[in-house]
Amino acid sequence: MRHLLSTKDLSYSEAILILDTAQEMARVSSSSVKKLPTLRGRTIVNLFLEDSTRTRISFEAAAKRLSADVINFSAKGSSVSKGESLKDTAQTLQAMGADAVIIRHSASGSAQWLADSQWMNGSVINAGDGTHEHPTQALLDAFTLRKHLASGTGDLKGLSIAIVGDILHSRVARSNVILLSLLGAQVTLVAPPTLLPVGVESWPAQVSYDLDAVIPVVDAVMMLRVQQERMADYFFPTAREYSHYFGLNRDRLNQMKKDSIIMHPGPMNRGLEITADCADSARSVIVEQVTNGVSVRMAVLYLMLAGASESPFAQSLVNA
Amino acid sequence: MSIALSAVDISRALTRISHEILERNSGSDSIVILGIPTRGAHLARRVGEIMTGIENKEIPVGTLDITLHRDDLRMQPPRALTPTVIPPCGLDGRDVILIDDVLFSGRTIRAALDAIGEIGRPGSVQLAVLIDRGHRQLPIRADYVGKNLPTSQDQTIKVHVIEADGIDEVLLEREER
Repeated sequence: MRHLLSTKDLSYSEAILILDTAQEMARVSSSSVKKLPTLRGRTIVNLFLEDSTRTRISFEAAAKRLSADVINFSAKGSSVSKGESLKDTAQTLQAMGADAVIIRHSASGSAQWLADSQWMNGSVINAGDGTHEHPTQALLDAFTLRKHLASGTGDLKGLSIAIVGDILHSRVARSNVILLSLLGAQVTLVAPPTLLPVGVESWPAQVSYDLDAVIPVVDAVMMLRVQQERMADYFFPTAREYSHYFGLNRDRLNQMKKDSIIMHPGPMNRGLEITADCADSARSVIVEQVTNGVSVRMAVLYLMLAGASESPFAQSLVNA
Repeated sequence: MSIALSAVDISRALTRISHEILERNSGSDSIVILGIPTRGAHLARRVGEIMTGIENKEIPVGTLDITLHRDDLRMQPPRALTPTVIPPCGLDGRDVILIDDVLFSGRTIRAALDAIGEIGRPGSVQLAVLIDRGHRQLPIRADYVGKNLPTSQDQTIKVHVIEADGIDEVLLEREER
């Protein structure tokens, strides 16, 4: 596989290979010397045309731990703010010899657009395109779930996971529904009808409007951020009403199954979709998700960039 | 195709190597055994068991994956990683015995030395291999050798172990021209 644009592109065995590789990368991250020579001489561009803290830093840390050279590029402070097009930007990166471009963009499909274009030869990794997909986030969530609920190996068969909140605008939810169901988990989406996308009934997930009914039966609750920057319309009457029906609070936390976990892709709106005491509770693995993100991204970069450049990703499974 | 070592030969060689390691290091107090996956890891476990039997105490055995340190990564498709398991005692100040099945170009061992350097600073690193087939491309030699097997470049050596292949044997094959 040359690009990573969507979790739909991953086969079951490729997904497991990424998670297994991430497991070994996690060991590197916890050793005293957090550096490997594996990607020495490769250039990776972080092309972040939309704001990000976690994902950009996480990709940067992952690339640096594998000794790749990282160029950070954001809309602010570059010629993009003067109106330079994605095409001209991409051709500039190509001219500088980028082996991979990690792109975040507010337009859905922008990563696909870049990968399909003839503007550059490098690999394209989607780090979030509009409301479409965010595959490495789904991979790190699967890694976190596997570590806590499935003894760290194999897939997620038999686990039941609720994804709660702003499904409509969430690329994290889209990528997660595809990947978690591929790995055998049962996903339930919980949201007000206004925050569910058209055609959600065709997704490999169940839909519920009642958080209180779902909370006691799931192994993990993944809270989503209410994406106010994408909300030009009114999707719910008041923030207080949203919190009351779809927020995670102490009462709901007390209803959760024993050993179940709380996840959030960040950044959190504390007090809106999740209360501070839930976010900081012992069940919360939100900070650990960030740590796992670095391991998963190291695995993705290794599998995509370490081998001969023309070699297909699937080939690796033959050698495995 | 001919059999270079039979199951009995392999077992004798591993027993002799185990004794040599103990002799050279005056006992087992500081020894940590690290096998290079996959065949080397199985051989390391066996050497560990033999030494445990001789010394009457547990010898720490681990595995060391060298994939991320290889110098030929760019020449072939990405490889799946295998687990690295370092015994709880760590490597600092210990006498590390690296174990692999076949010593050929020496490049694997170079990668292993780099991998060790990232984990700790051993007192010494020694190398034990079941087969030394020559044709070194780097200045590396083995401290303990099961059998020296002079080969030509177009021959291949196949090491089979019970744990992975169902049988213990070393085969010498000449490639079809």
